[in-house]
Amino acid sequence: MTTSFPELGEIERDALTEIVNIGVGRAARRLADMIGETVQLSVPRVELLTRDVAANLLDQRGSTGLVSVGQDFQGAFSGQALLLFPETNSLELVRAVVGEGMALDEIIALEQGALAEIGNIILNGCLVSIANLLRLDLTMSLPRVLRGSGRTILAVENGEPEPALFLTIDFSVASRNINGYIALLMDLPSLSVLRQLIDEFIATIVQGEKP
Amino acid sequence: MGRKVLIIDDSKLARMLVAGIMSRLQPEWGLVEAANAIEALALIDGGDIDIVLVDFNMPDIDGLELLTQLRQKHPAMPVAVISANAQQGIVARTHALDAAFIEKPLKDETLRPFLAGADLKLKRARP
Repeated sequence: MTTSFPELGEIERDALTEIVNIGVGRAARRLADMIGETVQLSVPRVELLTRDVAANLLDQRGSTGLVSVGQDFQGAFSGQALLLFPETNSLELVRAVVGEGMALDEIIALEQGALAEIGNIILNGCLVSIANLLRLDLTMSLPRVLRGSGRTILAVENGEPEPALFLTIDFSVASRNINGYIALLMDLPSLSVLRQLIDEFIATIVQGEKP
Repeated sequence: MGRKVLIIDDSKLARMLVAGIMSRLQPEWGLVEAANAIEALALIDGGDIDIVLVDFNMPDIDGLELLTQLRQKHPAMPVAVISANAQQGIVARTHALDAAFIEKPLKDETLRPFLAGADLKLKRARP
């Protein structure tokens, strides 16, 4: 994990990396199960950014238009989980899940709802692993499909000064030319809570208990 | 004996995927679909549903609220909650309502044992 996140000590960052890796691994396995292909993952990146800067980063990484499936989560910490990919990949992703037997016009008719369900399964895979490892309850909103710029997707309002923890992992399905990434945007007031939860998680490992 | 299965999910894709699996596992069984809890409760009140598969995360009335209502009239009906949200608390609430929890994405291997168990339970109740 690359990070410029001074609030966490080395062991805490290690623990966060491990928790996130487990979560994203589960998300990737769910995607792989849905499409019957192997999914490649990058190492997670963790950055402390304002939503403004994060939105610009999204625009730089996705050169055409972006499609996102987003779910808000609330609980001991709150934020937004996003599945993002270039708009040009959207139909291919739906086709990969429903199979080759369906005509293009049927896939187009199904696209919006299908993306919401695919995103729901993948993002829940990640969030549920994190919630269960940290022993907390998170409430997840229904998935929303959004298209457009990074600013639209992150609902950026001008002059928002608060930085947020921005965590991204690239994924790709080489055999189908699908790529995108999973992003978690966590609000800063939640960070102290997150740190406390990570410390408790570390304590249970040190005590030799199963987390 | 053919059973009638009700699948409740607000996602059309999710219902399609269940229908695909059911056509492989139990092609003789009937499958009825509902997109929300209100439709589902009307179908269940209709009287000929044997087994229910219900999503958790749905608008207005979620799967566990629906299950709570269903249990008042149908304490023994075989039900599985099918959700990507496999948090420990949600799985525990599902089990407390005497239902199975099956994680999304649904696969043949994960639905098969539930259907077999449900069939057996129904045979025992109405031999």
